[in-house]
Amino acid sequence: MFRDAALIAGKDLRLEWRSRIAINQVAPFALLILILFAFALDPDHGVLLKATPGLFWIAVLFSSLLAIQRAFTIESADGNRDALRLSGLDPAGIFLGKFAAITVQLLALEALLLAGVALLYSARLDGFPLLLLTCVVATAGIAAAGTLYGVLAAGLRVRETLLPLLLLPVLAPVLLGSTRAFEAAIGGNPSEGWPWLGLLAIFALVYIGSGAAAFGPLLEES
Amino acid sequence: MEPVIHLRSAVSLLGRFPALAGVDLDVQQGEIVLLQGPNGAGKTTLLRACAGLLPFVDGEAVVLGTDLRRDRRSVRARVGLLGHATGLYEDLTVADNVRFWAKAVRAEPGQADAALARLGLDGRLKDVPVAKLSAGQRRRTSIAAMLARRPELWLLDEPHAGLDQGGRDLIDDLVREAARSGATVVLASHEHERAEALAGRIVTIAGGTIIAPTPTPPPEAGSGPVSDPVSEPAGSAAADAPVSPDVTAPGPAVASEAADVP
Repeated sequence: MFRDAALIAGKDLRLEWRSRIAINQVAPFALLILILFAFALDPDHGVLLKATPGLFWIAVLFSSLLAIQRAFTIESADGNRDALRLSGLDPAGIFLGKFAAITVQLLALEALLLAGVALLYSARLDGFPLLLLTCVVATAGIAAAGTLYGVLAAGLRVRETLLPLLLLPVLAPVLLGSTRAFEAAIGGNPSEGWPWLGLLAIFALVYIGSGAAAFGPLLEES
Repeated sequence: MEPVIHLRSAVSLLGRFPALAGVDLDVQQGEIVLLQGPNGAGKTTLLRACAGLLPFVDGEAVVLGTDLRRDRRSVRARVGLLGHATGLYEDLTVADNVRFWAKAVRAEPGQADAALARLGLDGRLKDVPVAKLSAGQRRRTSIAAMLARRPELWLLDEPHAGLDQGGRDLIDDLVREAARSGATVVLASHEHERAEALAGRIVTIAGGTIIAPTPTPPPEAGSGPVSDPVSEPAGSAAADAPVSPDVTAPGPAVASEAADVP
């Protein structure tokens, strides 16, 4: 299973590197969200600073939709989905590989966005251990749920519009938990953030487990 | 010997429509069988169902010893399906694609490179992204990806489509070599003359059924380990060697003895 996961993750990351979709489209889109919020809330810099954790994770969530769509669009093209089914790869391995590739891309994006909020919003990024762990665990949750719902929507003609409708409500706990933990980290109260990190970890584990179990039937049926 | 494909009253649905409405077919190891029939007859559905991509919902369906009504997954890695779509990633190079699909089935190291060489893709082309290839080059890459897997059962849907004369000849050579090395080949093609020359047996399908019983040739027909289609260099003597499948006389208008292979 882990060998198959490494094969899929390597292929997906190589595809992203060659196509530069994440660099040329997803990253500018995420930065654009930050800039637009900065324009909208700039007259009151205090509000912008206070809203930084929420705005950061909103930008991550919207950008993750693009990354997840892309991860399954490449499998929908020109019979690749059938080829994947014929490969004999372990479906749980395919799930974990796609999950890992999306996680890596989103973490790179978050590093860029952290620099963005520091520059555009003048946010002080203190509480680094909690901040880093929040990013890793929340991203794992987003990627796991996104991979699961991504394959569910991938076989449908309306996948582009269906995925946000399915995924965003599911990710509401991640938005809440990651925003609170982020807030606690940069606000100098890390102790208030750890329980939220626990919630994020539970969410990620549930979706990694259920995704690995359900991916095979969903790949077959959708 | 147990047939590689054994179908009895096999039914497969596309939605609610019975695309295969009770197919009876036996294919022995090493045979080259041509499926012929009009558009919509069920040729592609039959190939996809035998590959384990579509379920059989009734009847008997055993492929490579696996009952497809119970387990469709385990047979897939042993089957090579060349369909209308290429199954290639556009942003990856030719070599990346072939190596990826070879690794997916745990092919031996070097099989991918041997397949690339056999299809004439080992020069500068191997480092070109698939998106920049012509339709014929994509087809060759797709064939190389299938060849690198060394499937036991080749299911070819219009294998000559999009290829130039050299590519069509190469496909024919690969099919003959595969059959001689013990693989089994079922192909659907509208290139009747070429495909009939290639096949040891012709099966006619219409309305989702084989329209009359087709005799099964003796097990030794078209088989015998002679050469390895992956490592055999293009244009070699073995590749050009004739094949003489020993086929029993079929019923009229339904399954006919193949023309002599030149």
